[in-house]
Amino acid sequence: MKADPISLLTSLGHAVTSRLDRLGLAARFAFAVFRVLGVVFLRFGLIIRELYFSGVRSLSIVIVSGLFVGMVLAVQGYEVLQRYGSTEALGVIVALSLVRELGPVVSALLFAGRASSAVTAEIGLMRATDQLAAMDMMAVDPLARVIAPRFLAAIFSLPLLAALFSAAGVCGAWIIGVKLIGIDDGAFWSQMQASVDVRIDIVNGVLKSIVFGVAVGLISVFEGFFAVPTAEGVSTATTRTVVTSSLAVLLLDLVLTVMMFRGLN
Amino acid sequence: MNRSQFDLAVGAFVALGILALLFLALKVGNLAGFDTGTAYVIEARFDNIGGLKVRAPVKSAGVVVGRVESISLDGETYEAVARLRISSAFRFSKDTIAIILTSGLLGEQYIGLESGGIPEYLAEGDRVMKTQSAMVLEKLISQFLFNKAAETPGQTK
Repeated sequence: MKADPISLLTSLGHAVTSRLDRLGLAARFAFAVFRVLGVVFLRFGLIIRELYFSGVRSLSIVIVSGLFVGMVLAVQGYEVLQRYGSTEALGVIVALSLVRELGPVVSALLFAGRASSAVTAEIGLMRATDQLAAMDMMAVDPLARVIAPRFLAAIFSLPLLAALFSAAGVCGAWIIGVKLIGIDDGAFWSQMQASVDVRIDIVNGVLKSIVFGVAVGLISVFEGFFAVPTAEGVSTATTRTVVTSSLAVLLLDLVLTVMMFRGLN
Repeated sequence: MNRSQFDLAVGAFVALGILALLFLALKVGNLAGFDTGTAYVIEARFDNIGGLKVRAPVKSAGVVVGRVESISLDGETYEAVARLRISSAFRFSKDTIAIILTSGLLGEQYIGLESGGIPEYLAEGDRVMKTQSAMVLEKLISQFLFNKAAETPGQTK
């Protein structure tokens, strides 16, 4: 590639237009998926199957990660809190950081790696082996039959997984804090209950994970549906799902956090 | 796997997720508080509320009986107006005193209610007549310095 200004500008222009093109394609695809969402409820068995593969199979990784994250938070939080002689506030710190941030975000990242990548690979392979085209020939809308159930399964399962992550994390912090370090059990729970607000903290956390579910679910089906129908294309699409989902989750988290928690005090 | 096994696994997953949400709501948060119960709102005016925040607890004898619903400034009298949402389970007499207190040395500020003896009770929209403002550290120090100066007239360093 030559480095003269004209070709540099050309490549910049191409990079911008191709990205805008893809963004527009994603928006039109999202619109088309939302239009067929209603049809899926007529065949509820399809969602059940996807809930099993996306949600149930992610249970173990989410619960175990939550347990470990809670334990680490307890160890680190105790280290800092004991300098100020307020170790009873450990429950507050762990619960707030889990319910507000780590629960929705980390479970969405795990979900992107564990479930969304599989969805993309599955749909991409369907594309590569012309199964989607065959469905079209049989007058079966692949958007309603293949895409929509997987998308809905992500929206349904992510809030539940995030709640399980947070609950497991609080239990992990309790094991470390109360059972091993020896913080007072009553103070641990009562300070937590006094500081964690159901509407501000828990409901906002659930809302966050629903938004993440929409983003991660949409990215995974989009990348799969428009994967280049080759072995390399499917592998690229799978990688892109994980990378794009992770970035989207972190960016959305910043936006949502600013919207939800700024100016609370 | 056949259909009913999928259903069973997904059912267990959903039940587990809802259980976790309930655990968060009831054990981690405190849904059982009286945010859900009936309540009445009273008004208290302070010269200075210090660092009092919306949603700060309102306590009587150390027991939480409500929350601060909103704080605003009266543009004419320059008093801070705090609206307190009190659980209907508790009644306070009309001569109740509202004091802004601090939990611990550096803790959060809350409103303490000390009930009086009149057998008439505050109702929705009533105003607490007697209030005591927050202690502001700078004012306390300057007061202390003035008192010190007044104690030893004529002596200069």
